[in-house]
Amino acid sequence: MDSFDIKAFESAVEIQWCPGCSNFGILQAIKKAFVELRKAPHEICLVSGIGQAAKLPHYLRCNLFNGLHGRAIPVATGICATNPKLTTVVVTGDGDCYGEGGNHFLHALRRNPDMTLVVHNNEVYALTKGQASPTTQIGEKTTLQTRGVDIPPLNMPALAIGQGCTFVARGFAGEIEHLKELLVAAVRHRGFSYIDVVQPCITWGTRPMQWYLERVYKLDDDHDRRDREAALKLTTEWEKKIPIGILYEAEPREAFGDSFRARVTAEFLPTLRPIGPDKINEILVEFKG
Amino acid sequence: MKDLNIVLAGAAGEGVQTIGEILAHVVAAQGQAVFSWQEFESRIRGGQNSYTLRIGAHPDNAPQQAADILLVLNRGALQKYKPLLKKDGILIAPAEEPNDSITIAIKKTDIEKAGGKFFTNMLAVGILTTLLGIKPEIVRERLAKQFGRKGAKAVAANDRAATEGSRLAYEKFPGTSPWNILAGKASYRLITGHEALSLGAAQAGCRFISAYPMSPSTTIIAYLTKEQERLGIFIEQAEDEISAVNMAIGASFAGVRAMTATSGGGFALMCESVSLAGMTETPLVIVLAQRPGPSTGLPTRTAQGDLLFAVHSGHGEFPKLVLAPSDAEDAFHATVRAFNLADKYQVPVIILTDQFLADASFSIEDFPVDSSVADFNPADPVSINEYKRYRWTASGISPRLYPGQSKHLVCADSDEHDEAGHITEDLAYTATAMVEKRTAKLRSLKKEMRPPKQTDLDEAEVVLIGWGSSRNAVREAMELLKQDGIKAGTIHFTELWPLPDFIFPEHKLYWTVESNSGGQIGRLLQSEYFLHLSGSIRRYDGLPLTGEYIWRNFYG
Repeated sequence: MDSFDIKAFESAVEIQWCPGCSNFGILQAIKKAFVELRKAPHEICLVSGIGQAAKLPHYLRCNLFNGLHGRAIPVATGICATNPKLTTVVVTGDGDCYGEGGNHFLHALRRNPDMTLVVHNNEVYALTKGQASPTTQIGEKTTLQTRGVDIPPLNMPALAIGQGCTFVARGFAGEIEHLKELLVAAVRHRGFSYIDVVQPCITWGTRPMQWYLERVYKLDDDHDRRDREAALKLTTEWEKKIPIGILYEAEPREAFGDSFRARVTAEFLPTLRPIGPDKINEILVEFKG
Repeated sequence: MKDLNIVLAGAAGEGVQTIGEILAHVVAAQGQAVFSWQEFESRIRGGQNSYTLRIGAHPDNAPQQAADILLVLNRGALQKYKPLLKKDGILIAPAEEPNDSITIAIKKTDIEKAGGKFFTNMLAVGILTTLLGIKPEIVRERLAKQFGRKGAKAVAANDRAATEGSRLAYEKFPGTSPWNILAGKASYRLITGHEALSLGAAQAGCRFISAYPMSPSTTIIAYLTKEQERLGIFIEQAEDEISAVNMAIGASFAGVRAMTATSGGGFALMCESVSLAGMTETPLVIVLAQRPGPSTGLPTRTAQGDLLFAVHSGHGEFPKLVLAPSDAEDAFHATVRAFNLADKYQVPVIILTDQFLADASFSIEDFPVDSSVADFNPADPVSINEYKRYRWTASGISPRLYPGQSKHLVCADSDEHDEAGHITEDLAYTATAMVEKRTAKLRSLKKEMRPPKQTDLDEAEVVLIGWGSSRNAVREAMELLKQDGIKAGTIHFTELWPLPDFIFPEHKLYWTVESNSGGQIGRLLQSEYFLHLSGSIRRYDGLPLTGEYIWRNFYG
């Protein structure tokens, strides 16, 4: 078997998603992207928190850390800092990343770790049976917000663009090939690359798949992805049409850990031996009165 | 020579700490042991703070409060700290002339001669170093070191102020003063608890620390930052404590030794992740530098109030370790041990320190570091056919690889998982077996734990039981009780969870001594050893336990 065959990523773990879930499309796109990137399973580390999206790492063969609700980004940041050889991808959902872990998302934008963030945005808490999420549209009735959501949703792609994230894209779980292309570009882009994936929930979602299919359109070359204002405008399109593609891309800036490797040590930290007692003794001498 | 206790007090910003640091260094350079500790308010300017130095021929490294010499820099400090002055002690204070209580008055004209208000602290240095009989060249050398980077002019100005202070001291005590300390031959290192702990982390091979600033833990990340180039540690100030601990867990999973440091409130935020480290079996070292709670409490003060919190931290059941070093040297060794045990058992290890231990500066003559070295337990990927992160073993310890180390895939999961690290709902076999696998580690861990240190236990009728940073104070209390004719001994715990196997000899009166109001070690000893306690001494005013405090409170 060629290790760059999609079969290399097939996992025997039973998938717990609802039959027909659009997450299957994202899973397929991720596998295809890794094949195209010519990455072997052991070169990849998927990191997730809690939620339906966060189960994804179990459903393909690779290294994985499935941690706590909302905390995937800091775990992945620690991995990126110390083991930069790995291709680190965070797989998360709107509740996990924009709700519970919102603070970490904000600071990842500043820190710029070399990782890819894939947010399965289904606008609902699915694993806990249908409560509103930070991206549920105003007025939508849910199992908990029975009179309708009365606070506006977060526009995280706009926030990311505003905060200088150098790769911001929107994908659609129903467009697997297109999403695969976005993933390939995101992994290749150095620094924090962020894809918000529109992922209709067929069980708890308040709008049918058809609603999304009628609105989603692919951005073409007419969109200048270096144009920050145009990108910001695209993030506000939703009710009538939903643009998918790379919304914004800028020159990569210094990634998290670059300055450490330039200033302190460029050695691979997991195999670096302790500095040893001689060096410690040398330092201890300086404490003499 | 009897130990000499000097208390320096003043408002934040008046330079009490600078006086203290210079004094500590010149005393050490004179070959005498000096132990210093600080207590201060949670503010940058104003308030009243103190810096206490205990000087002696032997490094007792224990705090005392009663002052042989009290130096205050303002009237407020005089009011607050005068009760500490011993009957035969002397007071140095700003006043227009000496009186019955003020032995050396610092007059306005003296301050002017010294170069103005800004130099009052150097004037104080001059007075004190002269009283102590520190060789002038030692003082000059220290001032040059302290102010050298500010230029020759600054050194000269400070020197002038110190000379002025010296004149004041000679005026009062021509010739040799009664507090003259002899020149000793010993060569001491002055090191704080958190400096030693940080060096221990480096010795252990720690390569990553992420932390959120919180008193009194911040000195760890601050010291490591200062020495980052030499120690080679990746350091990150996280956006919050939850991020800090999760970054450390990520780094550890990725293959490096990692730690975080915080205080009670930050540790509360970290607790879910203590449990995560337990479930994913990721080695992790957390320093919990205690201060009085609950809630924000007294941010800059000391306490031992988080022992039971640490022992019970994290939801669910999983093995963890709690260590509480007793002084700076012990903090170094305990930290190396914390990393080694975290690695060996793949568990979280909590090191309990406190503001007293963190900031106190200890005199250490001989500091052998070779006795604690980094000890790794790597699995060999080549010898493994089919890798399973949570493979079944009798000890409960599975071979640990890091992702990318080999073709083997490393899967860690916070859900209950199977051997391969994937989510499971198989209750009868997998879930139960995994609980038992993790619990199995506790059995051998318990055998690793070191028994408490004892002094004079055999002949003792009264035994003082302490833990963590109070060791030297408890020993001093024992000596004071002996002077009263009481047959006293001590038992001191530094490894608190799991508690080691230990048999308390019968027919003795056991008293616990700790810095909290609830009697936390007492509750642990009662539940784990069924120990009957005769009494307990508890301090919870934010100040460290001292021998004198324990001794006084023994009598009620």
